[in-house]
Amino acid sequence: MKAAHKKALFDPLVNDNPIASQVLGICSALAVTTKLETSVVMSLAVIAVMALSNLSISVIRNFIPPSIRIIVQLTIIASLVIVTDQVLQAFVFDISKQLSVFVGLIITNCIVMGRAEAFAMQNPPVDSFLDGIGNGLGYSLILLVVGFFRELLGAGKLFGYSVMPLVTEGGWYQPNGLMVLAPGAFFLIGIFIWLLRNFKPELRES
Amino acid sequence: MFEHYLSLAVKAIFVENMALAFFLGMCSFLAVSKKVDTALGLGAAVTFVLTITAPLNYLLYTFLLKEGAMSWLGPQFASIDLSFLRFLAFIGSIAAAVQIVEMVMDKFAPALYSALGVFLPLIAVNCAILGAALFIVERDYTLGESTVFGLGSGIGFWLAIVALAALREKMVYSNVPLGLRGLGITFIVTGLMAIGFMAFAGIQL
Repeated sequence: MKAAHKKALFDPLVNDNPIASQVLGICSALAVTTKLETSVVMSLAVIAVMALSNLSISVIRNFIPPSIRIIVQLTIIASLVIVTDQVLQAFVFDISKQLSVFVGLIITNCIVMGRAEAFAMQNPPVDSFLDGIGNGLGYSLILLVVGFFRELLGAGKLFGYSVMPLVTEGGWYQPNGLMVLAPGAFFLIGIFIWLLRNFKPELRES
Repeated sequence: MFEHYLSLAVKAIFVENMALAFFLGMCSFLAVSKKVDTALGLGAAVTFVLTITAPLNYLLYTFLLKEGAMSWLGPQFASIDLSFLRFLAFIGSIAAAVQIVEMVMDKFAPALYSALGVFLPLIAVNCAILGAALFIVERDYTLGESTVFGLGSGIGFWLAIVALAALREKMVYSNVPLGLRGLGITFIVTGLMAIGFMAFAGIQL
């Protein structure tokens, strides 16, 4: 694997994480992290949309007139999201119902547009494809960590299987109700960013 | 009837606040909340666009996209179901509405136009707007309910972003741990605000 490809794929994971350092795309996906299962499906959907949108925009990048590029990008992304939504509805209908409007909101997820605009418009298809996967993975990393802690601490479960038996079911764990509610996600991300920036001082803001 | 709308509005503003309960519009919520003035401008623009696009998207969905929606054209169109096209249709209508609002404002209210500046076009990709349109479809609102829901969600977003901006202006003077500065502490503050807004949860009108 070439160094440039490696960089495009792995940089967004920690060094240049889309959520923790670029402040992009927190919009739609936090609401789906109450459970690990929905987080995983949402992550896969975002990775697929990002990789394919980066790839297709990069392929036609020399033919897009600059004045209408936003519309072209939006149309491509929206079409890919429609396909993703239909696939989810066909194969994992229950989870698709739980994700409700948030699959559609991938369209307005700033990461997808941001990478299309900042990377795919200037770089060849293979690099852009890898950049899409890399940024999707960086995004998924945060989703999965948040989903892991919210389901574990909020319900004592992982993927719906009981890990820490609850007091109400004769176990020992008193679930932390805050974690399943919206504020829990905000706190977890705040703490996650804090930890990341403690180990990576160059990401700090003055 | 009025009570029903009032309760829907209160629910949209406080209990199911777009930003604090559904994480919608988070990008601009975090990026444009450094000063109260700009937060006020963005909140006003979002409220305005939401109030226009919510009923617009409702009409679009009911008369063009829903299964059987096109039966007003004639019986042979009754079986057409275009609802899978809703993402594309909604984002298109929102972008067009934002563009029209921008041109009208430029012509008739130049002061407001220049005050809002770059935030106006950016609203087209604000997830709160598309989110509201999708919620309307999912919850089967009527035309009146959609309008009230759009307006209420907009006011809720406005309220939240102005409150956060005011907090962040005050926070300039506090001694925040190095790694938490900027984005990190903003998340924690937003979390605390979300807890505050949860106090409204029991309210029933």
